[in-house]
Amino acid sequence: MNILEIKNLTTKLSSDRGIVTAVDNVNLELRKGEILGLVGESGCGKSMTAMSVMRLLPKNQSQIEGEILFDGKDMLKMSEKQVNEIRGNKIAMIFQDVMTSLNPLMTIGQQIMEPMMVHKNMGKSQARKEAIELLEAVGIPMPEKRVDEYPNSLSGGMRQRVMIAIALSCTPEILIADEPTTALDVTIQAQILELMKKIREKYGTSIIMISHDLGVISEMCDRAAVMYCGNIVEQGTIDQIFENPTHPYTRGLLKSIPVLDKKVDELYSIPGIVPPLYDLPSGCKFADRCLRSCNDCTEKLPELREIEEGHLVRCIGGEKVE
Amino acid sequence: MNNSVIELKNVKVYFPQNTGFKKTYLRAVDGITFSVNKGETVGLVGESGCGKSTLGKAVVGLLNTKDGEIFYHGKNINSLKKQGKNDYRKNVQMVFQDPAASLNPRLKIIDIVMEPLLNNVKMSKQEKRELAIKMIETVGLPADAAERYPHEFSGGQQQRIGIARSLVLSPEFIVCDEAVSALDVSVQAQILNLLKELKNKYSLTYLFISHNLSVVKHMCDRIVVMYLGRAVEIGTSEQIFENPLHPYTKALISAIPIAGKKERENRIVLTGDLPSPADEIKGCPFYNRCFNCDEKCGDSICELKEVEEGHFVSCIKI
Repeated sequence: MNILEIKNLTTKLSSDRGIVTAVDNVNLELRKGEILGLVGESGCGKSMTAMSVMRLLPKNQSQIEGEILFDGKDMLKMSEKQVNEIRGNKIAMIFQDVMTSLNPLMTIGQQIMEPMMVHKNMGKSQARKEAIELLEAVGIPMPEKRVDEYPNSLSGGMRQRVMIAIALSCTPEILIADEPTTALDVTIQAQILELMKKIREKYGTSIIMISHDLGVISEMCDRAAVMYCGNIVEQGTIDQIFENPTHPYTRGLLKSIPVLDKKVDELYSIPGIVPPLYDLPSGCKFADRCLRSCNDCTEKLPELREIEEGHLVRCIGGEKVE
Repeated sequence: MNNSVIELKNVKVYFPQNTGFKKTYLRAVDGITFSVNKGETVGLVGESGCGKSTLGKAVVGLLNTKDGEIFYHGKNINSLKKQGKNDYRKNVQMVFQDPAASLNPRLKIIDIVMEPLLNNVKMSKQEKRELAIKMIETVGLPADAAERYPHEFSGGQQQRIGIARSLVLSPEFIVCDEAVSALDVSVQAQILNLLKELKNKYSLTYLFISHNLSVVKHMCDRIVVMYLGRAVEIGTSEQIFENPLHPYTKALISAIPIAGKKERENRIVLTGDLPSPADEIKGCPFYNRCFNCDEKCGDSICELKEVEEGHFVSCIKI
């Protein structure tokens, strides 16, 4: 059952160089209790997709088209008041930069209590009790003491746990985690990823996991979508993406990470650089970096084709790659 | 027999802290000993706050050591005379972490790359310019890049400029401080290949600082694992990855997510956080997070000992 459906989502942003399309015709569905990964390099539109879903982009700077169906209702057609009832309550977000997304002037207790008091009409003492329980659930030692502390006295990993506690405070149905572990060290990252898996098992939360780290995606997610310049270029189950990568970009990405169990002299690198959004090539956006592009590639943007069940690829010659 | 370029002996870097009447120190690097031989790439890994960058800066002379000695070709860098010091500064260079922040936004690329030449070599202006342009081309930038400003380049290209600047004095030793961690994977691969290629071309020696173990494994011959300002394990790349002995190294290696692998058996998930380097630590620095410790670890001081040739571990259990 799909809990969230994103249909033909196109997000345009105004910039110094004119209007750019940050998210281009994205279709995604999130099933109940699944972890869906969004992966790609910086600027590919993964965070913009999340911000569009949460309706967090400034109205005068952005233009969002398409449909975002949550429980069958289109979130883009809702009034600000209706969105406020969902945001932070039924759909919650964990932001990327833990250092800047907590309020330095509020104790962490107040920050966790806030959504519960707003959305659930909870009293102060009740909310405080819940906040302490949440802190304990996300693995913070001495929660009774920590609840009255300010973010500056916590380490990066602890702050990330506080962010997760805030996101979980109203037991959301959907959790959007935007690079939740990018700012953290590997050993702390492992702790946070374990915690997120536990949350999914305990509350049955559906999670959208945004990351540039293919390792994190492959370990955490059930399905994943690879994005490039605003487009989804490949989508499928984790096995399909990692065992049978078909789009040349996915293949290139997988080949360019150094692996632990093999020693190679030279890493594969994708030629060229990601084109800026204000200067995108026509046709397939990856064509001029692709080793096997032909004239047809530059003529028009290839459609997403299903090459096996649930495995979609945006490439005209995809499965022919040796 | 001793062909070390840089040798560190019990190096300590402390930062004084303002805590009222009592003078306390933050022990960023607390007694590190290892050497880097000619033509080698030595990796320095550890989590943030473990003192890797501080150590890198101490090696190039950007920070003063509190205690211990750093030798450049067998000579203590603090006792070098003027000529020797200039020579050392010329030959030991650094590539910084954040490519955008380490380039002066108001200088053209040519001026950035030429800057190290101003005081260090006797050449005519024209020769310096030609040398700088040659360097810009060597790192794979177009020749017309010279007259442009840093903001016109992408992150990967900016890192190439930083590399060109560090190479222009033809040094023999380069400290790469998280040189690729700000870059996307496809660009990261390009820069890593460039660094390897330059190493062979100019027979360079690297001290490669990174928190990314896969990158370190790809680049390095020997690896130093740091925790809280101390070296907990030193060994060749194979020794560290195939036979990690220190519990922290084991946890670190098991924590790396690998693309294409879903579940990992026996993952070690550490509890707790790094202790603050400002606190006095009596016994093993890893004591409070270790999964294999007993009371003895809390108060006995562990030192590096050699368990096989070239493989040092600091753990009393081994």
